[in-house]
Amino acid sequence: MPVHGKVVAAYGNMVTASFDESVRQNEVAYILASDGSKLKSEVIRVRGNQCNVQVFEDTKGIKIGDTVEFTGDLLVVELGPGLLQQIYDGLQNPLPKLSKATGLFLKRGVYFEALDRTVKWDFTPLAKAGDEIVSGDILGWVPEGKFTHQIFVPFNFIGKAKILKMADPGSYTVDTVIAEVENEAGKRTSLNMVQQWPIKIPLKNYEERLLPTEPLVTGCRIVDSFCPVAKGGTACIPGPFGSGKTVLQQLISRYADVDIIIVAACGERAGEVVETLKEFPHLADPYSEGRTLIERTVIICNTSSMPVAAREASIYTAVTIGEYYRQMGLHVLLLADSTSRWAQALREMSGRLEEIPGEEAFPAYLQSRIAEFYERACCVRLKSGKIGSVSVIGTVSPAGGNFEEPVTQGTLAVVGAFHGLTWARSNARRFPAIDPLISWSKYLDQMAENLNKRDPEWVNLIKQTQKIMFEGNEVKKRMDVVGEEGTSAGDFVMMLKAEFLDAVYLQQNAFDNVDAYNTLERQIYTFGKVFKILQKDIAIKDKDEGRQTFFRLTSLFRNWNSSEWQSDKFRKLENEVNAFINSSEK
Amino acid sequence: MREIITKIDEITGNIATLKASNVGLGELAVVMSPGRSTPGQVIRISGDSATLQIFGGTKGISTSDRVRFLGHPMQVKYGESLLGRIFNGSGVPIDGGPEPVEEEIPIGGPSFNPANRIIPRQMIRTNIPMIDLFNSLVISQKLPIFSVPGEPYNQLLARVGMQADADIIVLGGMGLKFDDFTFFRRTFEASGVMNRVIMFIHQASDPVVECLLVPDMSLAVAERFAEAGKKVLVLLTDMTNFADSLKEISISMEQIPSNRGYPGDLYSQLAARYEKAVDIEGLGSITLLAVTTMPGDDVTHPIPDNTGYITEGQFYLRRGVIDPFGSLSRLKQNVVSKVTRKDHNDIMNTMVRLFSDCRESRNKIAMGFKVSKWDETLLAYGSDFEKEMMDLNVNMSIEDALDKCWEMLARHFEPMQTGLKNDLVTEFWPKKI
Repeated sequence: MPVHGKVVAAYGNMVTASFDESVRQNEVAYILASDGSKLKSEVIRVRGNQCNVQVFEDTKGIKIGDTVEFTGDLLVVELGPGLLQQIYDGLQNPLPKLSKATGLFLKRGVYFEALDRTVKWDFTPLAKAGDEIVSGDILGWVPEGKFTHQIFVPFNFIGKAKILKMADPGSYTVDTVIAEVENEAGKRTSLNMVQQWPIKIPLKNYEERLLPTEPLVTGCRIVDSFCPVAKGGTACIPGPFGSGKTVLQQLISRYADVDIIIVAACGERAGEVVETLKEFPHLADPYSEGRTLIERTVIICNTSSMPVAAREASIYTAVTIGEYYRQMGLHVLLLADSTSRWAQALREMSGRLEEIPGEEAFPAYLQSRIAEFYERACCVRLKSGKIGSVSVIGTVSPAGGNFEEPVTQGTLAVVGAFHGLTWARSNARRFPAIDPLISWSKYLDQMAENLNKRDPEWVNLIKQTQKIMFEGNEVKKRMDVVGEEGTSAGDFVMMLKAEFLDAVYLQQNAFDNVDAYNTLERQIYTFGKVFKILQKDIAIKDKDEGRQTFFRLTSLFRNWNSSEWQSDKFRKLENEVNAFINSSEK
Repeated sequence: MREIITKIDEITGNIATLKASNVGLGELAVVMSPGRSTPGQVIRISGDSATLQIFGGTKGISTSDRVRFLGHPMQVKYGESLLGRIFNGSGVPIDGGPEPVEEEIPIGGPSFNPANRIIPRQMIRTNIPMIDLFNSLVISQKLPIFSVPGEPYNQLLARVGMQADADIIVLGGMGLKFDDFTFFRRTFEASGVMNRVIMFIHQASDPVVECLLVPDMSLAVAERFAEAGKKVLVLLTDMTNFADSLKEISISMEQIPSNRGYPGDLYSQLAARYEKAVDIEGLGSITLLAVTTMPGDDVTHPIPDNTGYITEGQFYLRRGVIDPFGSLSRLKQNVVSKVTRKDHNDIMNTMVRLFSDCRESRNKIAMGFKVSKWDETLLAYGSDFEKEMMDLNVNMSIEDALDKCWEMLARHFEPMQTGLKNDLVTEFWPKKI
């Protein structure tokens, strides 16, 4: 029996409601507007017998005295087979279904079940009658694309129970009862393939949390080699507008070597999601023959013109779905674009609540909210013994491209890797515009053991190379002041080497089918050659000649980069590279 | 009949608070003073009081003025008879013509369902080479023109309006000076396009709240025309005035400002308008070109900064020309050399690269270095490029512009020096007679 209340004030998307009995913090309430629509909202503050609710919809027409229905449930997502390939809004409302029901525009107050109730799944039971179960135990599985989608006893199931009846193998819809269970108190419950989990509470049904040490390969050389991300780790990509954040995220969403990608378009342009939406069904999954990218993807799309409160919820929705698939021993990558828009949603709400503002009017709890969110990324050993992970790569859109602002700083404090994009690099058309001089990753040391498996010197080489980058940059800065004439030949070569490294290794051609993506194996191989050149003692007669030598080298390596791995062309160019490395010419 | 309230409790800035029951958020009201009546909108309700944002401003409003609630939110007229008409920020005709008898539609409607969007692949021709050739405008694109006061941005907007191949042009003017308003009106009338133009004009002297309504009205009307299959081009000038009005209202509502006094939801407010740009599958479209004057020519100022994150590229209008370096159309790769001629992409890149080399040569001269033969070639090319391409008065179709580019290249360079692909050179390089 839901508790009822009345609207006593409304401003923007915040409504104040009075209630008689009791309400829970963060429970879902519906406002029954006078035009008959039911508007979903969430309780965000309780004071005496009044509470503030943030409305996830347009609030036009709300009147004093409108009924508020408190549901007693927290904001939840539906979990079960059929999440993949879906396009949801921030509250897990399926957008294509909405489009069928309400036409071209979103209509407020229309909600659908997140999982299709008509699709049948081939269920294979793994538990049997008589088994004792607790929350998170596996009842059986269904195939979902290439994945074995495990059906769990709901994670919010309380206590121990015994299975009375278990469904036979067969084809069922998600809401068909597959198991009857009875708990110790004799209470019977029917379980099906759908379960719910509150989005703001991390799903912690695992044995232990592990230190992330396995590299997550994105295919982007500067990331994987210099500022790597771990499976179960976190990274942030701040950058001013036009520096290529979204292009970089799109590339990562295509090539990252994880099982499942969750794209959370949080308060960004709708046009960008459309590209993912329309192209993924036609792009081949690089990790499984004959499948398309959309089969491993879930899209959460709450674009900039959609209601702000739902934007706040959208990244939690996304991470909860990620945690669910992690429970199956899968590796999930969540791409959140952009967390600044999410922080702005917090700021708007905080302003309406008339809270005392922190820096740039962001709420004082911004930092802890950011930390809470990124901490949901983790690598875990499950009860089944399998390892699963959720990694989070979030973009940040700092105002004016200034990294000193609260969202960027709050994020940097909690993430494991930082990939800073700058206008200087993007204007010089250096893609990806990640600035190697400011970016860092804590995972380089943390994953050293795994990274060194292929090449025992790897981490060492990378660190030496970083030094060369810094030295090259120093020379360049000096050269801007004293000119080429005042630079010694040795320094000049150092600068050329740093430029060469940048041109052939740090930069990548996103439009070249081969160069857009490099496996770790290829990265290590190519880098070995690049490093040999960096180490080679190259004496030059004059600066023009030195420049010419490096022009030639750069062009050679660029061609090498765009040739198919181990093809004839690849080997032919490699021979030329080797010839240079082994040459004694000075 | 709704009750009429005769007591206003509080008047501050453009906001009035009064006791009223049974009013909805967003509902429209009319404040009737002796001799004039002005509309207002409910922006906050609390207990038995409602707060109104008065569109006509609160100057001269008395606490004993009568207020009548209309029972519906702000609306705008929509229909064919709007074509050729001019309205103010409250939707009242200011061209001396009669009030149009048309359907009334709500403004500030819901967002377009992202799942219904399509990847835009059609170009809008403007016959301005710096746009068509170097940063093509694509249907459904939203692009700001970043400029500073004093630049001819309204002239540019008017030219786009006159020449673009759109079915309907909606011009939303915010804080427009009387001179600019007259300029737009005269230009559209003189060029004979007025019969497909609708103007919503908030003049600099009009109350600030009306400024907030201009983009919503323009876009609501545009949206309905787009649904009816029309290719609509919306021109807004100047969005900085819109953002400043937002600031003014939010401060008088005692909201906590975030950055340089602008409200925390500036991004969402701007995005709600810009995101109306859309290409509806099988029907019409809205393309949006909006002037944003940058205070102090500072692109990191909150208005251009937030705009840049929302829009799909930007045009920089500096010293009377569209700057080929900073300007960017993010959607151009959807059309360049796909719906346009196959040499478009290479010509576009080559011309800009050579012009950038020319700038370097100019810097060399400025620093007193010796000028080589190659520098001289570049300098000659650069000044021709500025005269024959960048000048805003150049008016030619993209095909002519491409031919012109080949001709310019041939005038100054050998094919090899341009780095253009051989097969393009064989096909397009002008033959010496």
